[in-house]
Amino acid sequence: MDNKIKMQAKNVDFFYGKNQALKNVSLDVYANQVTAMIGPSGCGKSTFIRLFNRMNELLPHTTLCGKIFLDDLEINSPLVDPVDIRRRVGMVFQKPNPFPKSIFDNISYGLKVNGIKDRAYIEHKVEDSLKKAVIWGEVKCRLNDSALKLSGGQQQRLCIARCLAVETEVILFDEPCASLDPISTAKIEELILELKKDYSIVIVTHNMQQAARVSDCTGFFLLGELVEFGKTQDIFTAPRDKRTEAYITGRFG
Amino acid sequence: MKNCIIQKLGFSIIFLCIILTIFFLGTIIYFILIKGAPIVSWDFLTKAPRNAMTEGGVAPIIIGTIYLILGAMIFSVPLGLACAIYICEYSPKSFIVNIIRISINNLAGVPSVVFGLFGLAVFVNFLGFGVSILSGSLTLGILALPLIISSSQEALMAVPHSIREASLSLGASHWDTIKRIVLPTALPGILTGVILSVGRVAGETAPVLFTAAAFYKRGYPKSIFSEVMVLPYHIYALMTEGAHPDKQRAIAYGCSLVLLLLVLFISGFAIVLRQRQRSSYG
Repeated sequence: MDNKIKMQAKNVDFFYGKNQALKNVSLDVYANQVTAMIGPSGCGKSTFIRLFNRMNELLPHTTLCGKIFLDDLEINSPLVDPVDIRRRVGMVFQKPNPFPKSIFDNISYGLKVNGIKDRAYIEHKVEDSLKKAVIWGEVKCRLNDSALKLSGGQQQRLCIARCLAVETEVILFDEPCASLDPISTAKIEELILELKKDYSIVIVTHNMQQAARVSDCTGFFLLGELVEFGKTQDIFTAPRDKRTEAYITGRFG
Repeated sequence: MKNCIIQKLGFSIIFLCIILTIFFLGTIIYFILIKGAPIVSWDFLTKAPRNAMTEGGVAPIIIGTIYLILGAMIFSVPLGLACAIYICEYSPKSFIVNIIRISINNLAGVPSVVFGLFGLAVFVNFLGFGVSILSGSLTLGILALPLIISSSQEALMAVPHSIREASLSLGASHWDTIKRIVLPTALPGILTGVILSVGRVAGETAPVLFTAAAFYKRGYPKSIFSEVMVLPYHIYALMTEGAHPDKQRAIAYGCSLVLLLLVLFISGFAIVLRQRQRSSYG
């Protein structure tokens, strides 16, 4: 790996109440690469990705041990404001979750909460983000319509555009295509490949072909453990662990 | 076959219940309209009472009622909303919060005359506001609080978790999320609570009996420390006191109609507001 490390998890354990969801997970996310996490449902991959922008602390009774770094900053340090982390690490969720506002307001929201008031800049940024998320052509004539009127695939690209507008450094995708049809899925995968020029990307997916198509590195999770982590090519062609091989070849899952 | 008959029977009973409900509602409105409509005229709405309240209009009384409703809302809506936001968004889910929640619900069950006595003791006497618009508004406001809190709470809790997460993930603070996402989304539900409480407040007699209402007062209220005449109490007074029961009864029906229309008007305004909010980005 020639790229520099953007985010790093070191010996992470995570608990929901007394249930241990992650066991001693260490993993590096490289800059300008796509890192995929695969594994069966309930293996902890979504829990893990939500640690990178401190989303899990919104839930009651959770405990985290171990350290997570963004560049050199330890993001779970009590001195760090989660709001600052989330401004640098964006997230796209499993189910498209646009705000019940207009398309324009959905995109400008992130700018406004970050204190930007310059109208011209906001307009420019909204257009720019929608173009980058390849949805501009479909919505440019109806920016004032409710975002809820868009189709599922469009809503998800809108959510990606919303995330792009705040100019984060990392984008976390939590099963972004789980509720989408194959055409929308293909569009989003294309987009992810385009985005890695400017961002470091982490994606959780159920779909192994998707991981193979878009990612540079892949981690395989099972029952809260990171079984194997390496270059996507190696994981899919020459897995070192028997369990990885069994999962990838579809013998369980 | 047997199930089919039972089902038809069930539907018939439900239908009958609805008809019965509509019948009662219709009868009430019918009688008030029949008896009140001949009295209500432009003069009735814009002139003050004359000749020991047996002639003239009810304008000061309408104004007094509107003042009290507005005063109660100005007091209870921000306070109730703040309580609901605290309970839903900030307070840890603990034993004490549960007790607070139960207390608020119990407050809703307290008889309104008790609120009246409370207002008399605290606002009129202890705080020295006297029998006034201020005392009456505060008393009615407290009466409306539990209604506003519980409906706001429900509206806030109905806002999906996913859009809160979306907002936070964009680097919005907790307060930004509440102010810009949660509250606007919950607004239609909150307005519903306000509409209901306006209806409740406008019709209450007992709480204003000792705190705001005057049996008869010349002219319009001059400040928030004036006594006022209000519709529900005016109806009560017309029906129970005075020397010309026949004339007074007719005016009482007129007042009932006006009160009904007033509540309808205020509710209608809020409903239009709510619909606009809902249809814009529902």
